[in-house]
Amino acid sequence: MFRKRLTDSGRRGLILVSPPFLYGVLLLAVPLATVLLFSFWTQDYLTIDTSFTFANYSEALADPLYMQLLRGSLLIAGAVTVATVLLAFPIAYFVSFHVQPSRKSLWLFLITIPFWTSYLIRVFLWKVILGYNGVLNSSLTGLGLIDEPLSFILYNANAVVITLAHAFAPFAILPIFVALEKIDRSLLEASLDLGETRLTTFLRVTLPLAMPGVVAAVLIVFIPTIGDYVTPRLVGGPDGLMIANMIQTQFLKLNNAPMGATLAILAMLSVTAVSLAFIWLNRRWLRGPR
Amino acid sequence: MKGLKVYAIAYLLFLYAPIFLLPMFAFNDADIIAFPLSGFTTHWFEELTRNAALQAAVRNSLIIAASTAVLSTILGICAARAATMADWPLKRPMMGLIMLPLVLPEIIVAVSLLVVIVQVFGLGLSNTTIIAAHTLICMPFSIAVLNGAFQNLDPALEEAALDLGESRWSAFRLVILPLVMPGIISSLLISFTISLDEFIIAFFLSGANPTMPVYIWGLLRFPGQLPVVMAMGTILVALSIVLLTIAEIMRRRGLKRAGLKDTGGFL
Repeated sequence: MFRKRLTDSGRRGLILVSPPFLYGVLLLAVPLATVLLFSFWTQDYLTIDTSFTFANYSEALADPLYMQLLRGSLLIAGAVTVATVLLAFPIAYFVSFHVQPSRKSLWLFLITIPFWTSYLIRVFLWKVILGYNGVLNSSLTGLGLIDEPLSFILYNANAVVITLAHAFAPFAILPIFVALEKIDRSLLEASLDLGETRLTTFLRVTLPLAMPGVVAAVLIVFIPTIGDYVTPRLVGGPDGLMIANMIQTQFLKLNNAPMGATLAILAMLSVTAVSLAFIWLNRRWLRGPR
Repeated sequence: MKGLKVYAIAYLLFLYAPIFLLPMFAFNDADIIAFPLSGFTTHWFEELTRNAALQAAVRNSLIIAASTAVLSTILGICAARAATMADWPLKRPMMGLIMLPLVLPEIIVAVSLLVVIVQVFGLGLSNTTIIAAHTLICMPFSIAVLNGAFQNLDPALEEAALDLGESRWSAFRLVILPLVMPGIISSLLISFTISLDEFIIAFFLSGANPTMPVYIWGLLRFPGQLPVVMAMGTILVALSIVLLTIAEIMRRRGLKRAGLKDTGGFL
């Protein structure tokens, strides 16, 4: 009887999930498979040569420009991730441990609002803030803190890191916050009672327990960052351009869809490889001290 | 923990810096976006009302955002409701595929849809293609919001309605739907906001009629047009904040209706 009801509920679940699942298959899985297929074809002037070949891959891997862009993108995405997560952790910690429970959702709401406002305009305003005659430089010179405007903050990788650390802030804060909220507070008391200091309690109890949230934050910031071409184009200058800009150029300007598809696949593969390596290292590290 | 509080406030200032600057430049009586400010003017807002191309783009974006909100919420209701049901084979991978756009770089979604629509099917790009893509990326957000509403439902309520002679559909309509309504409204507003602001995918998939972010992207190259963009942005930000505040109030009301403690946050 019980078993039959379970399968009945499961069957209704399966029927209900079909429309969104089919939507996902048709508009995500099939297109992704098509991109993979395209990456093995080649562009022959106006037509596409559909014979299976690794030509695009060998061309992309041999071309120093593409490889430089890919390496640069991974480095910038890595720097963005480190900056975003390091800046976000204290905030998540503060809201979880030092804000009254009744006011926590207000804080989270305040943190998420900027994220929902126009992305393009936010990026553009960072250009205004960081520019040679920008808000930051004019206020610093106005206060007499610097004599010359700082020029290392716009049109390079630093600007991309600052702007994206701003754009992805809530993505990093929320998973860490959720992990911190789950920590049983009596564990911290026990640790203090057993003679650990506040610092060692944090390092040996709080931090390891918060790691799942930190890992989630790292992945959720690192993966989409690779695909951004707006921020590099607006504030990155020539050194800040990323692989997504090249993918965009291949598709929309050079009209070479197969090469664009190949670069997209290579970008995805390298992001996946770095992410898996990070998860593996993290598991090892967490298991180590115990 | 005074230091931490100071840091938290500094961080909020960092988060809000661009939003504070936006209205300053929108009301600033100067052609260039730089300090010092010159004087107060509503000139740029008046210019907005005269710009027919921009208005067309706004209208386009509103149609796309409204359609996306409805579609992604309907699909989200199906998925969130299904998630509360008993397991079926392949439940996790199926849900995984539906939630995948949340972590996939947007350019990958854009590129793959572009390839299928243009190169494989030879179709033209239009508002429909953008709606299809936006529904795909908004669906996970809808599900995240609706999950909260559906998971907190007491299954006894539905069983009681069924025992009292309602059909499954009327039990859903009369009992469950009113209880999850705040979640639905919150999901509609969030998908609407995401679609309205989305640029990366819209840039790849828009046809002859640009959406508002695509139009703004074009304007960013012309310094003379920037104050108008700032005025536009100010209106957008104000609208987003109003919509999100309503969404947040609805979400909290939904939690209260389900008799739950607020754990905060949309995601």
